[in-house]
Amino acid sequence: MDIYLVEAIINGILLGGVLALLALGLNLIFGVMDVVWICYADIVMCGMYAIYFLYVQYGVPLPLTFVIAIVGVSGLGVLVHLLIIAPVLDSPPLNQLLATGGLLFFLQSFATLMFGTDFRNIGVRLPVLEIAGMYVSFARLIAFAVGLIGAVALYFFLKRTYVGTAIRAIAQDREIVALMGIDQRRVYIVVSAIGGALAGLAACLLALQYDVHPFIGNTFGPVIFIICVLGGLGNMIGGFIAAFVISQIIAIGGYYGSTELSYVFAFTFFIILMLIRPRGLFAP
Amino acid sequence: MLSLATVSAGYGSFQALFGVSLEVSRGEAVGVIGPNGAGKTTLMRVISGILPMRQGAMTLEGHSIGGMPAHRVVEQGIAHVPENRRLFPRLSVEENLRVGAFIPSARARFSERLDWVYDLFPRLKDRRNQLAGTMSGGEQQMCAIARALMSKPKVLLMDEPSAGLAPLVVAQVFELVRKIRAEGLTVLIVEQNVQQVLEVVDRAYLLEVGAIKLSGTATELKGNSFIRESYMGL
Repeated sequence: MDIYLVEAIINGILLGGVLALLALGLNLIFGVMDVVWICYADIVMCGMYAIYFLYVQYGVPLPLTFVIAIVGVSGLGVLVHLLIIAPVLDSPPLNQLLATGGLLFFLQSFATLMFGTDFRNIGVRLPVLEIAGMYVSFARLIAFAVGLIGAVALYFFLKRTYVGTAIRAIAQDREIVALMGIDQRRVYIVVSAIGGALAGLAACLLALQYDVHPFIGNTFGPVIFIICVLGGLGNMIGGFIAAFVISQIIAIGGYYGSTELSYVFAFTFFIILMLIRPRGLFAP
Repeated sequence: MLSLATVSAGYGSFQALFGVSLEVSRGEAVGVIGPNGAGKTTLMRVISGILPMRQGAMTLEGHSIGGMPAHRVVEQGIAHVPENRRLFPRLSVEENLRVGAFIPSARARFSERLDWVYDLFPRLKDRRNQLAGTMSGGEQQMCAIARALMSKPKVLLMDEPSAGLAPLVVAQVFELVRKIRAEGLTVLIVEQNVQQVLEVVDRAYLLEVGAIKLSGTATELKGNSFIRESYMGL
């Protein structure tokens, strides 16, 4: 097999790690609250700006910057929930969509106003590994590993702890959990904080690979969204697998065509699949 | 132990309960019978706090629980087995029970409670890793009761435990109610199956159009000509 194709496939798998992390966050929030955070990728953008300014402008050490970003974006997730989602929790889905969609435009415009449209890079150059003549970015390798660790940690949290089990229960029956002594509003806040933390973690991983600008959310926001729909909205494992399917299409599409064309391939695949399996890849 | 005084409640502009008063003593099993739409389920929802009470007073062991949100009522010692069981279908039996032990006092003694519940319902132990939604109706009812018992309640509210079950299974469910009573629990049970429920309770109230029409001991009600004619078809 062509060595460049193998390289593309490996890079596709590595790209899937970060996408999977974001798909998990979006799915977790949707599964529990039945609300899609259309602005999820733009929350990641906020995290990337925080990393850029803390590290480049204020000279905060990178590891500390990452911790602050994760905690900060987690807090931002809670704020988004309390200020924007909570008031429309019982409203029709369209209103919820408009609310989170409105936040998307707000965040993009706010970032443009504050920071301009410059592309900014934190300037950390991680080495590129050469394995058997193939080039693999170390930043991507880290992103993949951390993404996977995050996914596994989330799995054990949901599977093994009382709060995690309560989160899965509330996704299945919102009203009745109160009879077991669970305060739904508190679970929503916990879930929003976790969703925010995952976005913050993704911001750290992406800041190592990409420039940040006000519209970076547009480049991967729609991709995360189609991943979630493909895996079945709210289906965590489905979304996790779909992330790797889509990242592979993007990587191989990029090899045969171009980067721009690869997204065309991914969305075409998505549209065709929606016609055949409207409820996602893994719907029964 | 549990006491309601002239409690009223409803949904929007629709009033479902009109000044309901009732009393359940410690260790007693009390039934609430009545036709469809009489407000039996509403009564249960008001006691457990899912539906806020509009007027009246509710106390548990002398402490007011009126207006308390549902998640706090559980901590006071009232567990509610909801109508139609409402298990978490895609959680395993044991995970359902773990959710039932969510309150801090129950978490602390989780394994002890689990052993107790498994002793009471050995069938659940065999099915501990099965998804709750894949069990039979009777087993699901068993699991719903067990889930409520995990919080170590003082009072157990049961809403139509026999609904939607085959006649043979219904008899088994009432056998479970006897078992729970034998453990010394106080039980308030809502049922349409009048004949069977009067066999397991000490006293009962008849609820019609949101108000208490009649009350008495099980023996009295079994002999009451109105109950016999309207609810037992005798």
